[in-house]
Amino acid sequence: MSGSWFIDHLWLVPLFPFIGFLITGLGLRGFKHAVSSAVAIVAVGLSALVAWGAAIDYYGKFGGKTLIPWQYCWLKFSPTLQGNVGVYVDDISMLLTIVVTTISFFIHIYSQGYMHGDKGYRRFFAFLNLFTFSMLGLVLAPSLIQMFVFWELVGLSSFLLIGFYWEKPSAVAACKKAFIVTRFADLGFLIGLLLLAYYAKGLDFVHINDQSTIEHLNSIKVPFLGLSLLPVAAILVFMGAAGKSAMFPLHIWLPDAMEGPTPVSALIHAATMVVAGVYLVARLFPVFAIAREAVAVVLAVGTFTSLFAAIIAMTQFDIKRVLAYSTLSQLGYMMLALGVSSWEHPLGFTASMFHLTTHACFKALLFLGAGSVIHAVHTNDMREMGGLHKRLPITHITFLIACLAIAGVPPLSGFFSKDEILAAAWYSGHHLPFLVALFVAGLTAFYMFRLYFMTFWNEPKDLERHNHAHESPLSMVFALVALAIPSIAAGFIPFGHYVYRGELEHHGINWLIAGASIVAGLCGISLAFILYFRPNDLPSRFAYAFGVFHKIVYHKFYIDEIYLYVTHNIIFKYISAPFNWFDRHCVDGFMDLTAQATLQAGRWVRRTVTGHLQTYLVWVIAGIILLSLIIWNLNDVIIWGLAIIALSGVLIAYIYQFVCTLLKKTEPLKRIDRD
Amino acid sequence: MNEPSLNQFLVFSAALFCVGVYGLLTRRNLIAMLMSVELILNAAALNFVAFHHYKFGGEVGGAVFPVFIIAVAAAEAAIVLAIIIALFRHKKELDVEQVNTLKH
Repeated sequence: MSGSWFIDHLWLVPLFPFIGFLITGLGLRGFKHAVSSAVAIVAVGLSALVAWGAAIDYYGKFGGKTLIPWQYCWLKFSPTLQGNVGVYVDDISMLLTIVVTTISFFIHIYSQGYMHGDKGYRRFFAFLNLFTFSMLGLVLAPSLIQMFVFWELVGLSSFLLIGFYWEKPSAVAACKKAFIVTRFADLGFLIGLLLLAYYAKGLDFVHINDQSTIEHLNSIKVPFLGLSLLPVAAILVFMGAAGKSAMFPLHIWLPDAMEGPTPVSALIHAATMVVAGVYLVARLFPVFAIAREAVAVVLAVGTFTSLFAAIIAMTQFDIKRVLAYSTLSQLGYMMLALGVSSWEHPLGFTASMFHLTTHACFKALLFLGAGSVIHAVHTNDMREMGGLHKRLPITHITFLIACLAIAGVPPLSGFFSKDEILAAAWYSGHHLPFLVALFVAGLTAFYMFRLYFMTFWNEPKDLERHNHAHESPLSMVFALVALAIPSIAAGFIPFGHYVYRGELEHHGINWLIAGASIVAGLCGISLAFILYFRPNDLPSRFAYAFGVFHKIVYHKFYIDEIYLYVTHNIIFKYISAPFNWFDRHCVDGFMDLTAQATLQAGRWVRRTVTGHLQTYLVWVIAGIILLSLIIWNLNDVIIWGLAIIALSGVLIAYIYQFVCTLLKKTEPLKRIDRD
Repeated sequence: MNEPSLNQFLVFSAALFCVGVYGLLTRRNLIAMLMSVELILNAAALNFVAFHHYKFGGEVGGAVFPVFIIAVAAAEAAIVLAIIIALFRHKKELDVEQVNTLKH
């Protein structure tokens, strides 16, 4: 008992959306649309209330401590190895809880307007509640096993929501892709989890993050590249995290996931679910801080992804895809920040969590703004938009705020968190990632303002669409405004006082680093202004000047094509096809042979059934004689003799049938025989 | 005159039984098969009587069972002859090779 009602009842936070899911799920056909959305919104609203109460109590009274207000032994594998479920309260879990509940709440309200009149309206809200429940369960997990279960559940709800418009083949393909890619990554997570559980003899984070456990794990050598167990397990866990957070090379599912409705993209594929990977690495920070090889992988992958995705984002024309690549890039930033942090320089940890929070606000806002634009003009293609700033004034202002925030213009939230990441990279001595991050900051500003100018300024390309565009309904505008406020102000939270590991590292704002990032951002913005503010032919001339490089980037470095080539031409052809052949011909063939041998044996035995009384009598008498023989003198010879006779009968039937099959003398099985 | 021993009775009844079985398996005519069955039943009855006489003198069961067997054989003969007459009226023959409706 911690003495705070909210913290003691924190289990209510995931419970409310779950109940909401059950109610809306049961009313999938019967409810009025308004009832479904009302239930869902109230459920998430209540859970947001409890979450905020608990967070205020926690940061006020227990800052920095770890509490487990409720825990239950769910699976007992052995006396030492238990799978616990419960509620885990520490600085980052409380942070994520309020981020998830708050943003989820606003997005539920937004969806009420966005999904209005859709025939899947009730289903949408049921899934949205399911997702919120799963995400909160993941965030509050006290053990790896609970985290894994909810990890899969968010994957499932993501799958369901990406494939929401299941009539569209592209949506179906996208949801399958997302599910398969993340499942593949989760294989790594599962193996890492099992390794940790087996050697650490426990699944609880409290236990795994304990220094003595980590040292014990670090002392175990594995026969693999001369590493000890700890980095191997950490890299495997990071593989799951990279899949969920769409790090290169497992990023391919996220841009396609934009097939889902826009609120889903905002909630799941920008603000909450995709940061689960970052959260997992942060949750196991003590493990990663010791496992230097693993943290180097995190750093490399994060840095590369941030650069790679930012370059692709500059060339895309689908408004949601630009945002998706931007999300990839920002997630890479967070991973980079975790990659530069260690016990000596824990600033990166704080910076990563800070950026996670601010990014959740402004990226959700960007997606909702994009949704509002799509709602107005009914297209995703930026080339068909333009000049919308008069038509959609509120969307325009909020979108501009979010763009400025992500571009890192002071004093908006993105500036502070990005600056902290840059500072963390610089002070921990990782100068190359620092330079890359600085460059990416410029690219980010460029592609965001390219998007902004192409959509809201420039000239309307399609006058008919333009004239029909109108501001979105109140519920959507409300969510936009509500998210704009934290996008502006979240940067002023003294974040380092609330969320930190190790010694509080305080550098203040280093104006050299901040200045560099501001300059990079302004360069990006002005370049975008020159190229896209007014209609001109500069962009196409640039594209022409870069020639092949532009083409490669425009096709996203052909990563999808490489995957397709590898899966179709190598894996399917040389691995799956032989297995398939074996299955069809050997496994199925054996089964068919059994069936046909049985039929053949039946045909033989049928001859004994003549219908003549006297034949039957012969069998009866033969049976009597045999039985009396057995009773008279039961010995092994008779038993074995009988067994051998029976077996050889079966064998003869098989061999006969096999020869017949080889000689192609058998008739194929009739359908009724097969089934 | 010396009395025959138990074994002689048993050998005789076994012979009777075998003759009955042989007849049952080889004869095509239903009436002949019925006669063979009677032989088998009588072999069994003879066994009962012989054991009654030589081994369990005081027991009544051994003497009573042949009476039952004779009664059952008479009843059986009545039923089988009725079936045979019905069959003959129906098929105009009594060859079991031709009467194979049990198969279907």
